Amino acid sequence: MPDTILVVVEQREGKLNRVSWETITAGQAIAATTGWSLEAAVVGGSVASIAGEVAGKKLGKVYSIESAKLEPYTPDAFAAALKQFLASKQPKLVLMPHTYQVRDFVPKLATAMGRTVISDCIGFKHEGGKLVFTRQMFQGKFAADVTFTSDAPWFATFQNGAFRGDKAEAGASAASVETVNVDIADGVIRNKPQEVFKEAKQAVDLTQAEIIVAVGRGIKEQKNIEIAKQLADALGGDLAASRPICDSGWLPMDRQIGSSGQTVAPKLYLALGISGAIQHIVGMKGSRAIIAVNKDSEAPIFEIADFAVVGNLFDIVPPLIEEVKKAKG
Amino acid sequence: MKILVCMKQVPQKDAPLKLNETGAWIREDVSYEVNEPDAYALEEALRQREKHKGEVVVITSGPARAQQVLREALAKGADRAIHLEDDKFVGLDAFNTAKAFAAAIKDEQFDLIFTGLQSDDYGYAQTGVILAELLGWPHATIIMQIEKTDSEIRVKRELEAGYFQFVDMPTPAVLTIQSGINKLRYATLIGIKQAKNKPLRKVALAEVQSAIGDNLQKIERLYVPQKTKKTEYIDGSSAEIAKKLVDKLRNELRVL
Repeated sequence: MPDTILVVVEQREGKLNRVSWETITAGQAIAATTGWSLEAAVVGGSVASIAGEVAGKKLGKVYSIESAKLEPYTPDAFAAALKQFLASKQPKLVLMPHTYQVRDFVPKLATAMGRTVISDCIGFKHEGGKLVFTRQMFQGKFAADVTFTSDAPWFATFQNGAFRGDKAEAGASAASVETVNVDIADGVIRNKPQEVFKEAKQAVDLTQAEIIVAVGRGIKEQKNIEIAKQLADALGGDLAASRPICDSGWLPMDRQIGSSGQTVAPKLYLALGISGAIQHIVGMKGSRAIIAVNKDSEAPIFEIADFAVVGNLFDIVPPLIEEVKKAKG
Repeated sequence: MKILVCMKQVPQKDAPLKLNETGAWIREDVSYEVNEPDAYALEEALRQREKHKGEVVVITSGPARAQQVLREALAKGADRAIHLEDDKFVGLDAFNTAKAFAAAIKDEQFDLIFTGLQSDDYGYAQTGVILAELLGWPHATIIMQIEKTDSEIRVKRELEAGYFQFVDMPTPAVLTIQSGINKLRYATLIGIKQAKNKPLRKVALAEVQSAIGDNLQKIERLYVPQKTKKTEYIDGSSAEIAKKLVDKLRNELRVL
């Protein structure tokens, strides 16, 4: 029997989280390189329809792991259900998207099984018969190649955008779907989650902006955000920020770009004084064009910039505003 | 409330990092600072103690230099500190780090354990969750608010895209804390002075050796990331840069 790769897709409140397609693409790529077989699973209260959706992709089989106790999501229930399932199926490799929900339970699941997770991977290699996972370290300054030195099942999570969801290959015919009922004993679930909600009303939807001017710590003081706003206005764009700016209360949370805030892909993303921490990059790396201004030539933001200005944003931005206004007449 | 805050010392954000001879780690002759989310975790613990009385204990694992993080925490108001001191702690994976912590605190009775949601150097976001599983405690991650209710706590979990969720849970529990949960305080001069007299217990690697094992994963190598993007650097005087950028905006990017 060949080794199996199992992709555990994510559903929230009965809907497939679309980032799961990226994990399927990753699973298909690893399967192609290693010759291992690929299967998928979805975990929840009643998720057969999601399993059906996933079964349209090129893979061997899809499991619908179900229990009434899996809705709503709790780490206790998800870890218990998957531990049961994985102990019986024994896949070689378990893949998941690196979402906030996966982060909440997969280290618990792996620990309960005496195993480990390589988190937030951006790629993989198959070198000399060994599977190697690549991830970023030191806020993107270095890449790391990491291997498992333990027994299967191996767990790995992939960063948003590391693979393309639209590249998940469809199957010639639908894969078979099997419902697996799991038993979660009384007393296992200790957390009582309430309804998910959005904090304040969203004054601005940055996902619709064509041009975004974003500020990071390099803006130094709240009052300096004014020049970024002027640039945004001159360009006809929207103002946004990295997390520390919103944490300090300098801009409201609905201006935040990154893993906790908005994920955007505008025509132009102008990053001012943003170093390029991973949590920020995941929210904007899909932008069609990225211009970065930062006085640190080593800032990770320059890895993904189309145009780079190594310099002081306070010197660059005022003349830039003038030139933009001139160009627009 | 007896709260333990797990803290990590990491290279300073703008420290220029270089690979060491093995190519599997960095040269350690850089400046260090406290892992930012851990500073928020400490601040949250201090605020909870202000509200509910109790004790705040801080713990770290690492070489002698890591003591700085504990000293700063004591200066900010933590009551005592535990330092798992050994160079070898740096190379432990999250699983073993959590096991070392669990062993070091086995005779304590904490109500809450806080960690930052992830570290700025590894960025795994695992140690807190692993620790909860090892202790058999409930946990919640990426927490932006903690309230004590009659018999339990109510925490606010941050989700993606501006969503949140309240969760009621029993204690003892492990919570991983998100940055921005509060505003950080500065240590006062009095605090710095008082810190010198606060208990700092050192735990040698030998004391927890039986609890830890081989790492379950291995960093084979570190390297400067391969660039896939072609970056064009724009230079000159500020005025020249502004003109060149506008030229790009108009003619190449067509956004003007």
